[in-house]
Amino acid sequence: MSVGEITHIGRPTNRVDGRLKVTGQAHYAAEYPADDLLYGYIVGSTIAAGRIAAMHLDAARQFPGVVEIFTHENRSKAAWLDRSWRDEVAPPGHPFRPLHSDRILFDGQPVALIVAETFEAARDAGSLIRIAYDVDAHCTELEAKRAEAYVPPEQRSGIPPPPDPRGDAEQAFQDAPVKISRDYRVNAEHHNPMEMFATTCVFEGDGKLTIYDKTQGSQNAQGYVTSVFGLRSKDVRLVNHYVGGAFGAGLRPQHQLFFAVMASLELQRSVRVSLTRAQMFHIGYRPDSYHTVSLAADRDGRLQSIMHDAVASTSHYEDYQEAVVNWSGMMYHCDNVKLTYQLAKLDTATPCDMRAPGAAIGVTALECALDELSYELGIGPLEIRRINFASKDENTKKQFTSKALLECYSEGAAAFGWEKRSPKPRAMREGRELIGWGVSTGMWDAFLQKAQATATLKVDGTLEVATAASDIGTGTWTILTQIGAEAFGLPLEDVQARIGDSTLPMSPVEGGSWTAASNGSAVQAACDAVKHSLFKQARKMANSPLADASFEDVEVRDQRIFRKDDPARGLSVFEVMHAAELKEITEQGKVSPNLRQMLKYTSYTHSAVFAEVRVDEYLGVVRVTRVVCAAAAGKILNPKTARSQILGGVVMGIGMALHEEAMTDHRLGKIMNANLGEYHVPAHADIEDIEVIFVDEKDDKVSPLGVKGLGEIGIVGTASAVANAIFHATGVRVRDFPITIDKILNAPRPS
Amino acid sequence: MNRFEYIRPATVADAIAALNEPAARALAGGTNLVDLMKYDVAQPSRLVDINRLPLKSIEITSGGALRIGALVTNTDLAWHQDVREKWPILSSAILAGASPQLRNAATAGGNLMQRTRCYYFYDPSTACNKRQPGSGCSAIGGVNRIHAILGASDSCIAVHPSDMCVAMVALDASVEVEGPEGKRSIPMSGFHRLPGGEPERDNTLKVGELITSIIIPEPHFGAHHTYLKIRDRLSYAFALISVAAALRVDEGVIQDARIALGGVAHKPWRDFDAEKSLKGERVGTQGFTQVADFILRDAKGQGDNDFKIELARRAIVRALEQAAAGTPQDQADKSIH
Amino acid sequence: MNQIPHYPQISISLTINGTLHELKVEPWVTLLDLLRERLLLTGTKKGCDQGQCGACTVLVDGKRVNSCLALAVSRDGAEITTIEGLAQNGELHPLQVAFIGRDAFQCGYCTPGQICSAAGLLAEGHTRSRAEIREHMSGNLCRCGAYTNIADAVEDVLMPRIAAKEAAE
Repeated sequence: MSVGEITHIGRPTNRVDGRLKVTGQAHYAAEYPADDLLYGYIVGSTIAAGRIAAMHLDAARQFPGVVEIFTHENRSKAAWLDRSWRDEVAPPGHPFRPLHSDRILFDGQPVALIVAETFEAARDAGSLIRIAYDVDAHCTELEAKRAEAYVPPEQRSGIPPPPDPRGDAEQAFQDAPVKISRDYRVNAEHHNPMEMFATTCVFEGDGKLTIYDKTQGSQNAQGYVTSVFGLRSKDVRLVNHYVGGAFGAGLRPQHQLFFAVMASLELQRSVRVSLTRAQMFHIGYRPDSYHTVSLAADRDGRLQSIMHDAVASTSHYEDYQEAVVNWSGMMYHCDNVKLTYQLAKLDTATPCDMRAPGAAIGVTALECALDELSYELGIGPLEIRRINFASKDENTKKQFTSKALLECYSEGAAAFGWEKRSPKPRAMREGRELIGWGVSTGMWDAFLQKAQATATLKVDGTLEVATAASDIGTGTWTILTQIGAEAFGLPLEDVQARIGDSTLPMSPVEGGSWTAASNGSAVQAACDAVKHSLFKQARKMANSPLADASFEDVEVRDQRIFRKDDPARGLSVFEVMHAAELKEITEQGKVSPNLRQMLKYTSYTHSAVFAEVRVDEYLGVVRVTRVVCAAAAGKILNPKTARSQILGGVVMGIGMALHEEAMTDHRLGKIMNANLGEYHVPAHADIEDIEVIFVDEKDDKVSPLGVKGLGEIGIVGTASAVANAIFHATGVRVRDFPITIDKILNAPRPS
Repeated sequence: MNRFEYIRPATVADAIAALNEPAARALAGGTNLVDLMKYDVAQPSRLVDINRLPLKSIEITSGGALRIGALVTNTDLAWHQDVREKWPILSSAILAGASPQLRNAATAGGNLMQRTRCYYFYDPSTACNKRQPGSGCSAIGGVNRIHAILGASDSCIAVHPSDMCVAMVALDASVEVEGPEGKRSIPMSGFHRLPGGEPERDNTLKVGELITSIIIPEPHFGAHHTYLKIRDRLSYAFALISVAAALRVDEGVIQDARIALGGVAHKPWRDFDAEKSLKGERVGTQGFTQVADFILRDAKGQGDNDFKIELARRAIVRALEQAAAGTPQDQADKSIH
Repeated sequence: MNQIPHYPQISISLTINGTLHELKVEPWVTLLDLLRERLLLTGTKKGCDQGQCGACTVLVDGKRVNSCLALAVSRDGAEITTIEGLAQNGELHPLQVAFIGRDAFQCGYCTPGQICSAAGLLAEGHTRSRAEIREHMSGNLCRCGAYTNIADAVEDVLMPRIAAKEAAE
């Protein structure tokens, strides 16, 4: 192995947690044993708005095995101020407080917690609870509230509002020779990770709690617990070693965490609370949204005007916000842009970030509209995207740190065979099916967040790296192990990553595709610091072969520190530590955004998504037979886990295109398909071939590692590529997602 | 889940005795009943676990008919060599439903007894005449994408969710039952019922009666059959519309026809008049369209499900085309030819 | 394990991963909850508790079933294999190896169910093509979207077996 050779970064390494996961030994929140464990079961409201008039609990209290029932009438004291309930990612408003009062804000709102000696007793006592309500009028239908939409008065931290208008978009629209204005809707979606939200709160007996919780941020959830219940931080440890998917639903602390901790503190016992699948539909969702997109171009296809107006749902108690329309101002070059984003209040739970929040819906609308414009112009849909390539972020007038989008277009098109596409709709057919090919651009932030890590080199030469990051399936365990192994030239087996624990060095929540860049860079910095310390110790040694070397001259590899120009001149880690009488060397690493650089640059991940659909238009049945997603995401730490992230995003995008929607009975304010049988997520049979391409993209500014993150980009543009392919196949444009059979059947036939 | 008495009889007679009270329920595979109990939709006072009863065999009777024990699993039935060869439409319909795991547990008798997937039926906080007689039907005027277009009533617009039963009704199956008053045979077409004013009654079984077997005469359709299922995703979903179609064709002329629909009514829907009208006709899309229109002559939408009328019409035509061509739909092949 | 004395408990025996368990359970306990909460075999997952996701798939007498819809009492006498019992003497089942190699999971929560389901699929012998793998694995939802990798992993194990069987015939 030669000096400086890359050994781990960029290799398609198998997941280091793979063996635990395939043998059932990876433990999720509900899977930690505790002595004398109690089970809590949440009972939800059956109305969408009003007050609890009376609760009849006697039968349930007397149910064998029931220990206690908590309601708003006997709940324990919790924090009074809103700010104590506000977690790191809370939007403006009054955070929901379980059992706070008799007030009902949404259907399914938790109104009681039954605690019992067994799971079955807790579950089964629930049906004996009778609740009388004073019912208020409610509205869960966004259409009915569109007229009351408003610009959120307080901005959600971290979410940029739409940029100020530039140029004169309305005049430019009037003046342009080719234009379209279309309305789109993306129905509300639910995250539905396979693991249901659960918390096991272990009452340690000495005033301490160890909490195993399904969350995307152990420290965010731990902070919520200490703040809400007035506990000392050192008394509460929150663990989330393995998280069975989350997709944003685990960014904010969910009900079961509050309930498990409350019951545990009150009853002085360990308590486990799991949500049911139905209850998972009441903890936040991708907002329902309407979009009007108006695009105008000159005859050469150059965009003259972009207008995008969106209205999205929120709850009565919080102004949930995401960046929906901003993308329309920066994905393409255009001098006249006007974007608006409004909210409308519904009697639902507050929406919650779901994979690529904002972009997943906003870009979908824009990319369908651009496709429509391309047909008006008679310019190919890929061509129009190339013509309007934006070389800088025109919302902020900043440079991109890198943008290999044109390469995504060309490499994606080549892999897909795009040049064989017939330009006209309805021109390709096989058997009974029409074939359509669609394309879309995708875009997502490449964030770097503040993060810290430690690295510990042990006298036996093994390494431990630690940060309170989470792995929700994203591969965090693996890439942090790789980064540590790379830094010290060790085999992966000699590196132990520690994550998923609130007591570890500071980490942001696992979201926004920032973990690899942020926590990864912090780990790398910690490793560098350890190497510095090791070098200092090595140079200090009597007759050190490195006495005259500078840090830049040396390399650490295979448990040795040695001169790069003469590998024979060096010392083993053991020798250095032994001489210094050290058992280990631990150092910290920190990373935070480069604010000076951010004045000039912005960073995004880009993609081009190509989709093939086969449509039996007579029966309205659509199959997505092929997707190629070409992404420019900076350096790829692990092509294998990175590819999986994109695959997952594409699959969820296919779900958005064809399957997923909450079906609400607006008379009752109730989601009627709150289960996995009727809320359809794609099944095996719905997913055929997906090809992932990572185009080469060097970026020395986005993060110290050159990494951009991949959790979100796969979904952005997939639904629009599929919708555009359906149009290409059939000549039918459905502007209401998901594109279900009825919408294809009911759409006006092309002449 | 409520508290209940659990009994595991060893003989059919003991089972029937144990079932002879209104709130007693037979437990077979449990794939629907246990689910309903978790939702507190089914609240049996007594669960009679019939899994040990000797009702697990598949036999060919001396008359060449197929006799299916009530406890034969969907999997064993679908993959049985005789069934695949002589009753392929039954095999195909079963394989179009649920998932391999569910089919491994679900039984033939249980499939007949499975209840609707109406959203409101499953939600005890809503009014539902089927779950709570007299409380009203929330699906009317509500979310009713999956609901009935044929044979519904003012009290109920739910549909029977089975795929297997659609094929069985098309194949003239009969249901053998045993009860306190002895044995009887119920033609499959009369086993399930329309909701009328009593939607709480899914079928014509009497209290204490147990399905023991299902008998299906040997059909003579050769390859001229199909089971075509249209749903909101390509597998593991209930039918929006399904069609079991079979034809006996002689030199392009239809000698016998069977058409049964799933996902459209409170029971698997078979229209004998429509079938008769095809006899003597030459195979062809025009005739198929006419017969589809005839089957759907009284179809009525409920709002969300209006599209199902047109979808049913087209699915019937396509299924008949497949049957006529002798190219049955393969359930793993998602391209509908 | 918590006991509530005044409920009628029913004695059953289950052979789980080769070990005989004599148990007393109430009739409203599902096989899934018995495995997870009372026997601490948490490798079998609860993803919906309604037979709508497949995460709870185990092999009962060699056949894959949803353990969430099986009352434990009703499976008295059965042989049950869970994900914890697939590896033999520390050696992973070929499907487990293939799942790791193909990165056929992300969060890992549906994974035990996918693998047990695939083990059932292999034993059934009805699956011969990629389309059939997809169809016969459709009872296992994966929200992380690892479907193509799962199909690859199943194919890796299935196809050589088919070839070997054909060669032997």
